[in-house]
Amino acid sequence: MNPKPDNKNRLSLFGLLGLVISRDLMLAMRRRADVLTTLIFFVMVVSLFPLGVGPEVDMLRKMAPGVVWVAALLSSMLSLNRMFSADYIDGTLEQMLLAPQSMSVLVLGKILAHWMLSGLPLMLMAPVLGLQFDMSGQALWVLVVSLLLGTPILSMVGAVGAALTLGLRGGGVLVSLLVLPLCIPVLIFGTGAVEAVTSGMEIASHLSLLGALLVLAFAFTPWVTAMALRISME
Amino acid sequence: MAINWFKYSAPSTFYWLAGKLAPWFAWPSAVLFAVGLYIGFFVAPTDAQQSEAYRIIFLHVPASIMSMFIYLVMACYAAVGLIFNTRLSSMMASALAPTGALFAFISLWTGALWGKPMWGTWWVWDARLTSELILLFLYFGFIALHASIDDPRRADRASALLAIIGSVNVPIIYFSVKWWNTLHQGSTVKFTGTSMHAAMQQAMFTVLVACWFYAIAVALARVRSIILERERNTQWVAELPEARS
Amino acid sequence: MLEICNLACTRGDHQLFSGLSFSLAAGELLQVQGENGKGKTSLLRTLCGFITPAAGEIRWRGQDIRELDEEYYAEMVYLGHLNAIKDELNALENLRISAGLAGCEVSDKEAIEALRHMGLRGRETLPVKVLSQGQRRRVALARLLVGNAPLWILDEPLTALDVGAVGLMQELIGTHLAKDGMVVFTTHQPLEVAGVELRRLTLT
Repeated sequence: MNPKPDNKNRLSLFGLLGLVISRDLMLAMRRRADVLTTLIFFVMVVSLFPLGVGPEVDMLRKMAPGVVWVAALLSSMLSLNRMFSADYIDGTLEQMLLAPQSMSVLVLGKILAHWMLSGLPLMLMAPVLGLQFDMSGQALWVLVVSLLLGTPILSMVGAVGAALTLGLRGGGVLVSLLVLPLCIPVLIFGTGAVEAVTSGMEIASHLSLLGALLVLAFAFTPWVTAMALRISME
Repeated sequence: MAINWFKYSAPSTFYWLAGKLAPWFAWPSAVLFAVGLYIGFFVAPTDAQQSEAYRIIFLHVPASIMSMFIYLVMACYAAVGLIFNTRLSSMMASALAPTGALFAFISLWTGALWGKPMWGTWWVWDARLTSELILLFLYFGFIALHASIDDPRRADRASALLAIIGSVNVPIIYFSVKWWNTLHQGSTVKFTGTSMHAAMQQAMFTVLVACWFYAIAVALARVRSIILERERNTQWVAELPEARS
Repeated sequence: MLEICNLACTRGDHQLFSGLSFSLAAGELLQVQGENGKGKTSLLRTLCGFITPAAGEIRWRGQDIRELDEEYYAEMVYLGHLNAIKDELNALENLRISAGLAGCEVSDKEAIEALRHMGLRGRETLPVKVLSQGQRRRVALARLLVGNAPLWILDEPLTALDVGAVGLMQELIGTHLAKDGMVVFTTHQPLEVAGVELRRLTLT
């Protein structure tokens, strides 16, 4: 009977997390077009609204948070498909399932990388778009904070949807169908915070509810996503 | 006498049992619908404020209750199927989904019909109607996911996971929509009568039970077809009289 | 070490195999044979835990692999039809990342050594997309060199490999077995390892 292999070279959980994130970022940097298209889509959708509803500044200012948030929701849906499908097609996902570490940590790494490539750019872009809608400085700040708290939730809940629809025909549309209804609370609290600050109400409750949703999503979705991946790989 | 319940968890025996049970729910359901709607439309008094238009609640309220209740039952069946790997529970979950979606749709439709005479508009972004709409989306998601996966086992397990996530999310969605609604001072559908007339209560309750029986009967009938479809290559299906003819 | 008891596997309505039992001890080489569609790949994927068996058990060191989970995965390597390498990355990055996912950190030096052993000298830092199919397969196979897992599960390891690489593979398996390793594999090409008895399991 041969001895169990020694663990001297075993990667720690943080090491694994770092490895997965840096890998996904490196892949994205070698294929920058994907990240850019999502961002351009976001900018485009937001810019379409004034053309659709007319340029009255008062109305635009009023709709701005909703428009930015809905556009963020849609563009993060667009990028969801990329989260696992490339790894699924070339077999890397099989190897990930065989990783001797917690699958949830691995999934969390992928989710964080996805957020850095989709949520974070949107968040940084949002103030510029907010200016197009004549939002006040204070409102812009709250918008950014609400996106900071909210977009990771979109990536997390989206990961579950992406894992469930892995390799299916028409997976791209299907994943939106599954995930969008689940993201409605994020939309409500995110826009609510911005609207509250413009109408002079307190924003703490909105943001703390968003924070609570973030904690909840953080606690459960990596685990659920790992389970969904196992189901989809069978 | 102890009944061996596990015996009925085998699709072949449940197929037979469901066939026997379905009429026992279908007929009472039809009778209760007739009785409940008769009381609702002819016996219950006219409402002081809403006149005759309010009578749509005898359909609207039971349909709304059923749509939410069925989602929970469906999620429970799906969870049992996922955890204990029992095929029949997953089949029940997928048999319930269309009925739940139907009730959610009826609830929205009747809500709109009620809204027109009440507020002069077909749709208001009322908290309950909005939640009902989202519930319908959740049903669509479940059905669409199940339909787009070819392997029945994967379909069962994946949609079970979705149903569980959905049922965890339903209260969060409901409260967030309610919060959103109060912030925007939207109108809320409320039955204005402080105390409901006894006949109204009777009618609503009877229709609710009728809907419940209907859902059970339809789910049993549907699960029979699902069993037949899934087990089409087995010996016992080939031996069924309806399969041989 | 690896014991399979009464294993059955179904895909959809179709039963691939049932009542399959065998065991594998240290230093043994097992070839899974059978015509196309008889469930060779499904058997290997079941051994990896991707597929839940319809019946039966798979035990590793006497314990069910479902219970062992991560402990089992630390002691096995699986190489499937897909190479699990990224076109955008170079061979070295690919190897280091896949070794990292398998739980072991590999230094640049070790990785380069492994790639050179696989006959990829001078190709270490080229993006994988410019490599040929056979060379990509070699990059994937280099993973076997950097890990120290005793159980290798190889699904068609010889596809796209030239004669030289097949010889290299035989040598690699030989050394692994000599170190008390175990190999389960499928192949449609002849594979002989000097001094080791090849056990065959035929799926019908």
